[in-house]
Amino acid sequence: MDMTTDAPRVTLDLMRGSTRRRRKERLVRAVFAGAALFGLVISLAIVLALVGEAVRWLAAIDLGWLWSSGWFPRQDEFDLLTIFAGTMIIAGIAIMVATPLGLGAAAYLSEYADPRTRRLLKPIVETLASIPSVVLGYFALQWINPELVQRVFSSAGTFNLMAAGLAVGILTIPLVASVAEDAMYAVPGALREAAYGIGARRRTVTTRVVFPAATSGIVASLILGFSRAVGETMVVAIAAGATGGALRTFDPLSRGQTMTGAISSLAIGSDQVRGSDFAFDSLYFVGLLLFGITLILNILSERFVRRVRRAY
Amino acid sequence: MAVVTPADVQTSVDLALRGKRSDVAGLVFRLALLGTLLLALAILLTLLATTLVDAWPTLSTRGMDFVTSNVSSIASRAGVRQGLVGSLILTGFVVVFALPIGVTAAIYLQEYARDTRLNRLLISNIRNLAGVPSVVYGILGLVVFVQALRAFTGPASFGRSYISGGLTLAVLVMPIVILITMEALRAVPKNIREGAYGVGATRWEVVRSHVLPYAAPGIFTGAILALARAFGETAPLLLVGAVTGYISTPPGRDLSEILQGPYTALPTQIFAWAKLPGDDWQANTAAAIIVLLAAILVVNLAAILLRNRYARKW
Repeated sequence: MDMTTDAPRVTLDLMRGSTRRRRKERLVRAVFAGAALFGLVISLAIVLALVGEAVRWLAAIDLGWLWSSGWFPRQDEFDLLTIFAGTMIIAGIAIMVATPLGLGAAAYLSEYADPRTRRLLKPIVETLASIPSVVLGYFALQWINPELVQRVFSSAGTFNLMAAGLAVGILTIPLVASVAEDAMYAVPGALREAAYGIGARRRTVTTRVVFPAATSGIVASLILGFSRAVGETMVVAIAAGATGGALRTFDPLSRGQTMTGAISSLAIGSDQVRGSDFAFDSLYFVGLLLFGITLILNILSERFVRRVRRAY
Repeated sequence: MAVVTPADVQTSVDLALRGKRSDVAGLVFRLALLGTLLLALAILLTLLATTLVDAWPTLSTRGMDFVTSNVSSIASRAGVRQGLVGSLILTGFVVVFALPIGVTAAIYLQEYARDTRLNRLLISNIRNLAGVPSVVYGILGLVVFVQALRAFTGPASFGRSYISGGLTLAVLVMPIVILITMEALRAVPKNIREGAYGVGATRWEVVRSHVLPYAAPGIFTGAILALARAFGETAPLLLVGAVTGYISTPPGRDLSEILQGPYTALPTQIFAWAKLPGDDWQANTAAAIIVLLAAILVVNLAAILLRNRYARKW
């Protein structure tokens, strides 16, 4: 049978398709690209909003105010080390909680659980991820502090950095677990089988083969977790107890203030910012610092994640 | 050629024999790993149990009255109706703004964008946006929606309106929606797309008729999780709602007056109540948390079930 003679001739115009379809295609594409650019607009807006106001504030204040005995905005004492130390103490405690629990959960889900137990156990981590931080703040104040912190350290008061840090750690577990599990899951089966082939046990495979191969991803998960802990606000606002400013302290059992806590208490006016023209506007500067720190951490973790992807 | 000596055979036989014996260290390791998961579960259960116990006085005596009452300075009359309604309205903004823009942006980045420098910048930019602390979004909302766009967001309320709060939350969850949608689109196998291209479909036709239907369950699950996130978000609302409230009113306002501002949300209400002294307020706080958790956990459970139901093996 010779079909070619009856078939319509394929011209260039025919292959281009109808104008209407092409026009529609271009229109849809433009709309979608516009939506994607919106993300860039948001980040520019964040940076501009923060930088503009922060610079205005810095120009208006006496720079000596940034180094004093504590964070008391209404007395023009904006000691940056106070809120930075508070942030680092909270994030440090949090990552000490989230590292063993998050990585342990990730390793079990990735290396030990069969699909059925996985489907049963994974929702635990996911449910934990869905608990709003304001609820964890309440939990820190009502349970973690009296039942854990104050039992161990009798000197701890109602509000302290330790209880807040533990609660932030609980909030961080799901993030660490899910990023680390992705990294371990991505380790090729061939590597494991090679180890099994020479008689390695599952524990050896997990600790000597999977962990080293997934190092980049695990490090990335910890950096992300730390970044999340640095940016956590509500737990600190409720349980760390620095509503009216805080003295510079490096003691996790005392009250303290973090960068996020400083922003939120300025925002709700719980530190009675009257009497100073500069108090409220300091939140832009603190916000810019916070944004900068978390951005650097996030970029760092993305570098690590990309390294895993390149390896396999 | 490797030479197998009797000694080698001896060791391999030894190993094989020892391998059959119970591996105590391995078992301990396994149990320790499982223990971390069980500890997470225990934390979750403790949280729920203690909150329920705390909430019992309010829940048992008030029941639905607590859910249908307005805020009040008297603990026994205070309820969460306004907070619940407020949170639902704020979530509505997320549905209207964040979901459509987020999903279309994800389609562009995953299906249309070539691997150019600009597009790579866009994607890593969005990934970074997802990691920006939520208070920072609050500052953005404060500067843009409350101050710059006050004429639009509500001159009478000094910009601290549902519009400002809702748009701030929408901006906050948009990167999350984009990332989850991209993930869902990426999971659709190439040959499904190529089948459609092969019969002459345009890119949009491929996306609409082939990719989207297959990615729909994933996108839908992601959307639900994003809504749950927005529903429980507190920190940015403090900046967008309460800031100008302080400026516009004389000092010495008590918390209930602050709560009666132009808008409130369930999590902000919980935050405000958590700081009030007294057992009755503590019971109210716990009861409000139960209401919040009930809403969020039901939504999340639905998302998990949906995902398990539609999980596909390609």
